[in-house]
Amino acid sequence: MGKTLFDKIWDAHTVSAVDGGQQVVYIDRHFIHEVTSPQAFDGLSARNLPVFRPDQTIATADHNVPTINQHLPIAEPLSRHQVQKLVENCAQFGVELYGLGHPYQGIVHVIGPELGITQPGMTIVCGDSHTSTHGAFGCIAFGIGTSQVEQVLATQCLLQSRPKRMRITVDGELQPGVLSKDIILYIISRLSAAGGTGYFVEYAGSAIRSLSMEARMTICNMSIEMGARGGLIAPDEETFNYVRGREFAPQGEAFEQAVAQWRELYTDEDAVFDKEYHFRAEDIQPMITYGTNPGMGMGIVEAIPAAESVDNPATYRKSLDYMGFAPGQLLLGQPVQYVFIGSCTNSRIEDLRLVAQYVAGKEKAPGVEVIVVPGSRQVAAQAKAEGLDLILAGAGMALREPGCSACLGMNEDKVPAGAYCVSTSNRNFEGRQGPGARTLLASPLTAAAAAIHGRIVDVREELASAGLALV
Amino acid sequence: MQPFTHIASPAVPLPIEDVDTDQIIPARFLKATTRDGFGDNLFRDWRYDQEGRAKADFVLNTGVYNGQILVAGRNFGCGSSREHAAWAIYDYGFKAVVSSFFADIFKGNALNNGLLPVQVSPEYLHSLFAAIEADPGARISIDLAEQQIRIEATGEAYRFDIDPYKKMCLLNGYDDIDYLLSLRPQIEAFEQARTAAFI
Repeated sequence: MGKTLFDKIWDAHTVSAVDGGQQVVYIDRHFIHEVTSPQAFDGLSARNLPVFRPDQTIATADHNVPTINQHLPIAEPLSRHQVQKLVENCAQFGVELYGLGHPYQGIVHVIGPELGITQPGMTIVCGDSHTSTHGAFGCIAFGIGTSQVEQVLATQCLLQSRPKRMRITVDGELQPGVLSKDIILYIISRLSAAGGTGYFVEYAGSAIRSLSMEARMTICNMSIEMGARGGLIAPDEETFNYVRGREFAPQGEAFEQAVAQWRELYTDEDAVFDKEYHFRAEDIQPMITYGTNPGMGMGIVEAIPAAESVDNPATYRKSLDYMGFAPGQLLLGQPVQYVFIGSCTNSRIEDLRLVAQYVAGKEKAPGVEVIVVPGSRQVAAQAKAEGLDLILAGAGMALREPGCSACLGMNEDKVPAGAYCVSTSNRNFEGRQGPGARTLLASPLTAAAAAIHGRIVDVREELASAGLALV
Repeated sequence: MQPFTHIASPAVPLPIEDVDTDQIIPARFLKATTRDGFGDNLFRDWRYDQEGRAKADFVLNTGVYNGQILVAGRNFGCGSSREHAAWAIYDYGFKAVVSSFFADIFKGNALNNGLLPVQVSPEYLHSLFAAIEADPGARISIDLAEQQIRIEATGEAYRFDIDPYKKMCLLNGYDDIDYLLSLRPQIEAFEQARTAAFI
C-alpha cells in the first residue's frame, strides 16, 4: 500500500519508537518567540544544558510588540521585560534573533517562509498553534507547548503519537471575490471547531493547487481552528519557484538537487486516509463568522442558524449573547466599528496588494477604526516600494509596523468591549481582541469592504457592478 | 512534575463546550516569564468584570462548588498552544480535568504538567454533571493506575484510556525531557545517518 505525504515525512524523521505508541520525532527547524520561550530557557538553565542545535533555532519578537514607534523602548513594562528576556536568552544560548529593529523581524509564520527557512519535507515546530502555516510548503509543522519547546531546545526531538490522516479535497473554480480565507472558513464551518482533532490534514484538489503560496499558507494556518494538529499541501512548481533564491534556501546546484528530492513529496495514488472530505469551490461564498469559535461561520448572505439546529443550545446561546446576535439574523448590513487587517493568517504582501487595490481612491467610513499591520519588516518594505502605504494612508488606514497586534491584543492594539471588528485573523474567541470585543472573521477583501462601507457587505456585488477583477 | 496516582474530591462543573485557551487564560496575562501565579487569572473574564470585581454567578465564585476536579463540556482546551492554560488550571488547585473530548495540544500540555485529562463518553459526562447538580459535594474518585473514574455515591464508574508511556510518566512524576536526554547518542546517530533527504 502506498504512503501519504504526511507518512513519508514523518517516517523520515522518526528516531525511535517508545512502547505504547509514542515516537521520537526529529525536528528540522524550531522557531521561538518571546511569549512561550522564557520558561523553556529557564528549564535549560536549571539543568545546566545548552541549546542542542542552535543553528536550527530561529527567534523573533512578534506577539506583544507595539505596532507604532517600534524604535522606542516598549512602554508596557511586562512586554518590555518579556522581549528583553528573549534578547538575553538568545545571546546566552547562541540563538539567532530577528528582534525589534532587525530587517527580518516579523510574525514568526511570515518570516520563516519569506526567508526560505521553511522548505518542503521539513519538520517544523514553534510554541504557537499557527505553526501549521508552514505546512503550505509540504512540511509537517505544528504548535507545541513550552515544556516541548524546552525538549526541542535540549534534544531537537519531541515525543509524539502519530496522528490520524485526513484529506480534504477542494475541486473547481472559485467565484470572483472569494479568497483562500473563505475556503478555509468554509471548511471549518462544515467540519466544526473540533472536526479535525486527532488528525493531520492534507489539502488537495484543483482549487487548492491553483492557489499562490501565500494563499496556501492562509489555508494551512487555520488547520488548528478545526482542531487538527496541522495541515499540509504537496509541493509543486509554485512551491519551488517561491523558495528559489530566498536567503536561507539552498542555492545554485544545491537547490536543483533539493528540488529533485522535493518532487518525491506527494501522496501515493493508493495511499489510504482515515477520513476524506470533498468540497466544490463553486459552492463557497465570501464567509463571515457570527459566533465565538471559527467553526461558527456562514456564507455572507446567509442567516445565523436557528438554535434548534445545533447540538448544544446552551453553549450556542451563550455565544450569540456574547456577540449580541440572534438566531435567524442576517449579518449583511451589520455596522462595524473596527477592522483589523493583519495576523499570521493574512498579513502578507498579496493581502496588502489586494486591500490597497480595493481601497484605492476610496475613504474609510467615518467612525471605523482600521488597523493594518504588515506581517514582517520585509512585507512592510515591499509595500512601501510598491506605494501601497500611500494608497492605504489615502484611504485613512495607515500601515503600521509588524507584529501579531490585534489578533490577540497582547499589545496596545485592542478592540473595546462591545465593539464589532471584522478581522482577517484566525480566532473569534470571546475577548480574543480585547475584553468584551466581538470578532467577525473574514477575508482581507471582505474586511477592506467593511472598512470602506462601515458595515458588512457582499463584495461580489460591488466587484460585478464595477466590473472589477481583483483576484 | 508531581506524580499523579489517585484523587477523591468534589468537582467543579463547567458544562460549556469548546472552552478555548483564551477563556482559560487570556493572552494579556501571558507576559510572565515564570510558571507561577497563573491560577489567579484562570477564567479571568468569566470570573471577574472589567473592574476586577468577582462575577457572582460564575461557578468558581458561587461558593457552592470546589475540589480538585474540573468537569467540562466537549472540546475543552481548543485554540492556542499556550501551556499557560494547563499551568493556570493546576496552579488554581485542580489536579484533573474531565471532558468528553480534549483538544490535542492542551491534552499534551496537561500531561506534561501533572494535570490529568480524563476523557469519558458523552453519556458518562452527562452522569457526572447530573451527580454534581444533585449534590454539589458529590465525591468523584480517579485512580490512574486502574484508569478508572467513579462517582462514589452511585458507584457508577468509567474506564478511561491513556497512552501507556504518559501514564507511566504521570504515576512516577517523570518528564519527557529526561527520557529524550537519555536518547542523545541515538539522536546524534540519526543526524549522522541522514542522507540529505528532505532537509
